[in-house]
Amino acid sequence: MESGDKILDIALYVVTGLLLAFSFYKDKQKTKKALKKAWKAFENILPEFLVVILLVGLLLAIMNPEMISKIIGEKSGWFGVLLASVIGAITLIPGFVAFPMAALLLQGGAGYMQIGAFISSLMMVGVVTMPVEIKYFGKKLTIYRNVLAFLFSSVVAFVIGMVMSL
Amino acid sequence: MVLGAMLILTVFNVELGVKAFSVTGYSMKEMILVIPPIFVLLGLLDIWVPRETMIKYMGEGSGLKGIILAIFIGSAAAGPLYGAFPIAAVLMKKGVKFSNILIFIGAWSTTKIPMFLFEVASLGTKFAVTRLLIDIPGILIIAFILSAVMSDDEVKKIYDNAEHFDD
Repeated sequence: MESGDKILDIALYVVTGLLLAFSFYKDKQKTKKALKKAWKAFENILPEFLVVILLVGLLLAIMNPEMISKIIGEKSGWFGVLLASVIGAITLIPGFVAFPMAALLLQGGAGYMQIGAFISSLMMVGVVTMPVEIKYFGKKLTIYRNVLAFLFSSVVAFVIGMVMSL
Repeated sequence: MVLGAMLILTVFNVELGVKAFSVTGYSMKEMILVIPPIFVLLGLLDIWVPRETMIKYMGEGSGLKGIILAIFIGSAAAGPLYGAFPIAAVLMKKGVKFSNILIFIGAWSTTKIPMFLFEVASLGTKFAVTRLLIDIPGILIIAFILSAVMSDDEVKKIYDNAEHFDD
């Protein structure tokens, strides 16, 4: 499941490398300026990134897959959906780990509704990445966006639950 | 502060604490891998793509074209959601309309094409397609509500903030 991740990383590097080489060939000065801008933008957000990374480490140590499957594995109904959304909101798991994990949870007895809620809030809600989001968008927008995305996860859960039972 | 919490965790539960640090090492590796190309790309975007072009395609009055482009650029992306925010800042600098910025972030968060293929493989076509079909209107509705609740002043402040992210 990690190979998919690696292919994406490699693709990202190849595309970036090609564009960078083309830019350098076209105009050295401009390329230098672009790299300087890239570094400045990175430097500005670095403290927030570090906080996020530490938070992720802390949370993932507590909320490991076994723990998650214990919580939403066998529960069903709306309470399970709510729990699944909450877990999805506070954890940050790359999709390439999350999807196979969700498949395992399904085999372990979780319903499609809960999995739909979990996947949806996992991807759209980011409680731990809020420091980064706030730095760019301010508190108000960040909170509104995350709350709306959280509520939307329940809609996704409901529709997925309905469609999958057809 | 977070570092402190992790140290305290380590004191109370050595096993869990060590695990937290090793997971941190893992996500650090992920960040070191994914973040540099994203920032290099935004630097190149900033320098090479003229503001007028971006305004024309995704600015005020870009209509449906702007919306579709926002969804497409967001969906073609790779990397975690926090990678979308710096790119969004450059797009704002280039005069992209606020609602299109929000659509871009929504698309990046949940309709990424490579992820979709992976979702089909793990959870089946029916699940993945259903989710995609609800997500697209969901992204648009969320973007619409967010644009409505933010006042012009608040939006302007966010754009001003984006202007100063690389100095």
